[in-house]
Amino acid sequence: MSLKLLNITKRFGTILANHNISVEIGEGEIHGLLGENGAGKSTLVNIISGSLVTDSGTVELDGNYLDLSSPTDAIESGIGILHQEPLVFLPFSIIDNFLAGLPKSRDFDRTAVRDAIGEISQEYGFDLDPDAIASTLTIGERQQLEIARLLWMGARVLILDEPTTAISEDQRENLFATIKRLAASGMSVIFVSHKLEEIQSICNRVTVLRKGELVDTLTVPCPASDLIDLMFGGYKQSTPQSQTVLGENVLVLDAISAKDENGTIDDVSCRFSEGEIIGLAGLEGAGQRILLRSISGLTNPFSGTLIFEGADISHYPYSWYIENGFHYLPADREGEGLIQGLTITEHFALAESQGAKTIDWGKSTQLAQDKIHEYSIRGTVNSKPEDLSGGNQQRLLLALMPANLSVLSMEHPTRGLDIESAEWVWNELLERSKGGTTIIFSSSDLEELISFSDRILVCFAGGIIGDISAKATTPHDIGSLIGGIEI
Amino acid sequence: MKINQGPIYSYSIAIVVAIIFVSFLLALFEIPIFETYKLLLTGSLGSTTKFGDTLMVGVPVIIASASLVITFKAGLWNIGVEGQIIAGAVAASFVARELQLPTGILLPVMILVGAFGGAFWGLLVGLLKVKGGVNEIFGGLGLNFVATGLVVYLIIGPWSRKGIASTSGTEPFHQNAWFPTLEGFRLSPLAVALSFLVVFIVIYVFSRTQFGLKLRAIGLNTHSSYRFGIPTSKYLLIAFMLGGSVAGLAGVTQVASIHHRLVPSISGGYGYLGILVVLLAGYRPSLVIPIAFFFSMIAIGSIQWQLRLGLHSSLGGVFQGTLVLSVILISAMRLIQQKRNKYSKVGD
Repeated sequence: MSLKLLNITKRFGTILANHNISVEIGEGEIHGLLGENGAGKSTLVNIISGSLVTDSGTVELDGNYLDLSSPTDAIESGIGILHQEPLVFLPFSIIDNFLAGLPKSRDFDRTAVRDAIGEISQEYGFDLDPDAIASTLTIGERQQLEIARLLWMGARVLILDEPTTAISEDQRENLFATIKRLAASGMSVIFVSHKLEEIQSICNRVTVLRKGELVDTLTVPCPASDLIDLMFGGYKQSTPQSQTVLGENVLVLDAISAKDENGTIDDVSCRFSEGEIIGLAGLEGAGQRILLRSISGLTNPFSGTLIFEGADISHYPYSWYIENGFHYLPADREGEGLIQGLTITEHFALAESQGAKTIDWGKSTQLAQDKIHEYSIRGTVNSKPEDLSGGNQQRLLLALMPANLSVLSMEHPTRGLDIESAEWVWNELLERSKGGTTIIFSSSDLEELISFSDRILVCFAGGIIGDISAKATTPHDIGSLIGGIEI
Repeated sequence: MKINQGPIYSYSIAIVVAIIFVSFLLALFEIPIFETYKLLLTGSLGSTTKFGDTLMVGVPVIIASASLVITFKAGLWNIGVEGQIIAGAVAASFVARELQLPTGILLPVMILVGAFGGAFWGLLVGLLKVKGGVNEIFGGLGLNFVATGLVVYLIIGPWSRKGIASTSGTEPFHQNAWFPTLEGFRLSPLAVALSFLVVFIVIYVFSRTQFGLKLRAIGLNTHSSYRFGIPTSKYLLIAFMLGGSVAGLAGVTQVASIHHRLVPSISGGYGYLGILVVLLAGYRPSLVIPIAFFFSMIAIGSIQWQLRLGLHSSLGGVFQGTLVLSVILISAMRLIQQKRNKYSKVGD
């Protein structure tokens, strides 16, 4: 039995998410799928599991072409996926979770399902009580529930999408033992991960994707540095452009821990000096977002101190941060940055209110007009964010920033921007840095990180595992750290 | 079909759709169509008295709609407006019953205390939402029932008429607590002026003040507004209180210029009618008065349908409902059209 992907291509607008990807995964094989964010792993996995339909290319199982136009098609063909967060019905018992996904062809028979749960649990060493409510289970147990359910549905190919992100060390050992047992019984397993160490410890072979292309498929074990080269090899060494003469520390983080829906950081310490530009590298979800939000006052850390001009500001309200020249620019420019439905003039009236009770529309319109000109925004005073392109939205966000900033935290300054806008954004940011603003930004573009940072902090699993000078590093080194390998 | 020529265009289409639908209903039951529409006009505008009545019915609808504009613009589905009207009515009734003052002082006090009553009831919904995470629709609906219960309790309990255990209402207020009317009319210029004043204030707030702009910003995108430095929770509470205080004024006009006492159905369902008005107005306060007036025309005019043609008066409601549904439908079609246009544009 084997799963064969042939020339899979998928395009989203102008972005080629998967380009001519061909892989064959044999019976009993554990096949790793590796790549940084945006490399095309999720797209590929979603195609195999029926959530996305290919533009071209085919999926074959045991020599039969599969018509995968929905997740139901996939599971009926024997392909099951375990999502990062297992998709279970939390208020339901385990047995009801099985019955909720009952295929039309099967009878609604509780006793049979109860027996099946018992058999599968025994075979794979799961500990599943059919009457336990899913919400009382740990993530590891929910994964067992989901795997058991997929087996019961007849899965012969199992896709695991970053299954170790949310589980403990013990649970991971259990999961890996299960995966090995599944493979030994002839199941083909696709294991998606960012973590090199896990790929090394469990997979037979690994396929590396980069910018939508398949770079290579290697047999494991192989040197970790080969994998890093394959993942990040597309980046050229670039010359740092920022030459900040480091002054005194303006902001010092000491053992900061924070946690909310934006991620987790645990015991992070670092210092930033005036005018310095610091790039945050790391995989999506490694803690950059919550770190930036903690620095700008949107999330208060639950422990640790944040020292600004000699005072611990870690528990101050967001309004204090705004008044003292902190500013945050999110990656989601339309959802979190600008306000859809308000015109550019109205945005300026909001940003420049300064305690006024009434609005002088003449003044606001004039201000908007001037800024549109100064920041070369392609739009009019009456344009709304939804009428602007990504580049012009970013220009507008920069134009709305107060004149004097002490610390600017920014996510993905140039993501989705054309080259002209990207250059323009960085010129503006470098100007700000010269004026004394400390700029901390996250990016997944290694060239951008090296070109514009004075210093790069690499985030991994909620901590900072590297603090390196941009002048003395290479994409390879950063790539290693991003993958969790300390140098 | 291309529908992107602006709101006026979609209103015209919606009105035509509603008229066609109602005409179709009339034809189905072999009722003279032209006569029906003529009665609607003559019945509501045909004489000075009728015009006055129409204006008077418009007063609570206009005030309730103005209240709803405030909360809707802030992105809050304030279904609790009914309860806030009732709270305003109860508070004003308390003043009317307890204080012996000349009209010139009593009425302003009633207006003020009524507004406070509504603001308090609105604040409860706001606190439930902001502090307790209870959606304002459920919180508001629950408090509407509480308010209704409270009124019934007052009427058969502490405020019952002497010797009579009836739910028909309290003892009429002393004449000092009545809004003055024009000789021979039910029309009270003070009530009409109050309703217009409220609408003008709301228009001013949303077109000229930082506060109004910030409320709109929160209604459109809470996350971005917070990033901009707007204290969103505080503003939402203020929006509920302001909306509630205006709704309370509708309650004041109900007790002081229509019923002159507290009755069980004191809100008259005008809060719910206000929701229709505001939806139809697309949250634009400047359209509240004409639309509310049009709705009053239907309400007063349709009385003639019952008298002259033997039609059930609920036909007026059918007309209003059809109108709102058509406008929402046409607006939704416009939105879809705009989205399509956006996606068919070439990206940068």
